[in-house]
Amino acid sequence: MSRNVFRMILVLCFSFLMAGAVFAAPPVKIGALFSVSGPASFLGEPERNTAVMMVDEINKAGGIKGRKLELVVYDTQGDATKAVQAANKLIKDDKVVAIIGPSTTGDSMAVIPVVERAGIPMISCAAGIKITEPVNKWVFKTAQNDVLAVMKIYRHLQQQKIDKVAILTVSDGFGSSGREQLRLQAKEFDIKIISDETYGPKDTDMTVQLTKIRGNEAQAIICWGTNPGPAIVARNARQLGIKTPIYMSHGVSSKKFIELAGDGAEGIILPSGKVIVADQLPDSDPQKKNLMNYVRKYQERYKVEGDHFGGHAWDAIMLLKNAMEKGGFSPAAIRDQLEKTKKFSGIGGTFSFSPDDHAGLTSDAFVLVQVVNGDWKLIK
Amino acid sequence: MTEKKRQIIVFLIFAAAALSAPFFLKDSYLITVLIFVGINTILAIGLNLLLGYAGQISLGHAAFFGLGAYISGILTTRFPLDPFLVMILAAFCAGALAFVIGFPILKLKGHYLAMATLGFGIIMYIVFNETVSVTGGPSGLSGIPYLSVGPLVFDNDWNNYYLVWISTLAVMLLAINLTQSRIGRALRAIHDSEVAARVMGVNARILKVQIFTVSAVISAFAGSLYAHVVTFIAPASFGFHFSVELLTMVVVGGLGSIYGSFLGAAILTMLPEFLRVFHDLDIIVYGLMLILMTMFMPGGLVSGIQMVTQYIAARKAKRKDEHAQA
Repeated sequence: MSRNVFRMILVLCFSFLMAGAVFAAPPVKIGALFSVSGPASFLGEPERNTAVMMVDEINKAGGIKGRKLELVVYDTQGDATKAVQAANKLIKDDKVVAIIGPSTTGDSMAVIPVVERAGIPMISCAAGIKITEPVNKWVFKTAQNDVLAVMKIYRHLQQQKIDKVAILTVSDGFGSSGREQLRLQAKEFDIKIISDETYGPKDTDMTVQLTKIRGNEAQAIICWGTNPGPAIVARNARQLGIKTPIYMSHGVSSKKFIELAGDGAEGIILPSGKVIVADQLPDSDPQKKNLMNYVRKYQERYKVEGDHFGGHAWDAIMLLKNAMEKGGFSPAAIRDQLEKTKKFSGIGGTFSFSPDDHAGLTSDAFVLVQVVNGDWKLIK
Repeated sequence: MTEKKRQIIVFLIFAAAALSAPFFLKDSYLITVLIFVGINTILAIGLNLLLGYAGQISLGHAAFFGLGAYISGILTTRFPLDPFLVMILAAFCAGALAFVIGFPILKLKGHYLAMATLGFGIIMYIVFNETVSVTGGPSGLSGIPYLSVGPLVFDNDWNNYYLVWISTLAVMLLAINLTQSRIGRALRAIHDSEVAARVMGVNARILKVQIFTVSAVISAFAGSLYAHVVTFIAPASFGFHFSVELLTMVVVGGLGSIYGSFLGAAILTMLPEFLRVFHDLDIIVYGLMLILMTMFMPGGLVSGIQMVTQYIAARKAKRKDEHAQA
């Protein structure tokens, strides 16, 4: 009898030990490269916050297959040299199984040769179309292409029977990529660009460009940039009494823009990820549940509203999580599973990757919103 | 003669250490960092020739670095040209540009010279940024080919390390020789007093432009190397910020010391790796370093090391004296 009890205890001890060994498995390391400081910090900061929040949440729920995640975040400062160094450190020193980020197209392009050589999957959070076209075996991205945003605006213009526009773009990566798409797609939609103006990322007054635009027969103004430039454009336009409808890019789709532009923001239309109008979406929208969840949790933890930039990191982490759950933790398996992702409803849209499409979104990833009474309103 | 021998020995030891380093580091990521240390050493030497020897400041040296990188990058991605040939062309273009703008710019002195070179740097940055159809604009230029000699392709860290460090050692040797020659002495004479140098028969005007040109050629060479090693370039790497970082390297390492340039480049390149824990505060550490260096060690780290060794030697001697007296 006592011998049996002893045996029982032994077996119990052993099974606890085994269980302990499972829990003590080393955490899986995921690397993150975000431009937390520098000119693109408006992207990097919410992305880092979101990634940290999501990893905490996954670990609290018991990790993936019993293994915890560990997030290693480095700041690229929006500088390609620093991004390359940090990527090398992540791969060689930290031995990460996958990398999320970088935040900007430039940093992403710089890091691609590094991850390709090492065979580590990367999910970029930048928008540039060059990142996934041509498709690179190891590189995916979660941010919506500019192509889709431009398409959304032009389609709306067509419905309004507007065919002469003035464009005003910022001379940085985001603006030049938008300008390229605006000019490229104009022909397809029979839209004439009668004025093509640019401004510098640090300019504090755009009256000159707007005065020029006011003098011609443009029926709409499209401004492409990230805060604070477009807010200044909005205020200047109001001061000049310009009545022409103004369209902006998804680069300003956060509450910050309405704060900065004040009254000038009223009536402005822009394509945006669904996150800022999550509560106005119909219940049938497959993304709604995740969106509402994300907005609530981000607000609770960081006391500010979540925006769709942070959403890129949410999507990247959740895509990784799904891939790991299905295929395990080796970089090659993660990559293969990522490519098989189908109909994943995230923050930025519904992702379906395939061997020839590593961007995975269609134009329904964007909705058009209008600023009404100092808040976003979904245009149906 | 003994002095010359000593210098040869020092250089050989340094070269041996640099070339054997990868064997100790194996596949560590430190090799990547050391590749950038090599490139930055070339740049720091280039600027040191101008600033440390001739005493002429430049706040726009990142522009020559960028010019080299962009000429190499653009020509090798668009046309089937030999990358080494393009490298020479890039160095020549940067040199020619430096020679042309050198005449008016180097007439200026002190703050005015700093302002003029600063302006030049910013103009070049805007050119890289705005000519989207040529340079790829702010989102950069990708797909630059790796260098190759016959069957040997410089596409991994190990090969790139040797490519960069053999180049660095060559530039070092050239710079050491240059500074020991008649030209080097004339440059130091200009540094101490331009008027006195002129009185002694040194053609200060031409010489300043010449060393500015040499400095630009070296920087452009580093730029070409950078482009082929990283295979991607974007304007953000060649802005005003980087010019200041270069200046800090030279000042921290030691004005007028070639090995000092290596020391400064090594510290400024490695430091961010260790400062990652401080995140955004690294810029404060740079500032503090610059202030403390100019206050307490105006000759840079190299002179600091000499100061320390002399101090220790003096104390040892003193102690011996005391022992003897006791």
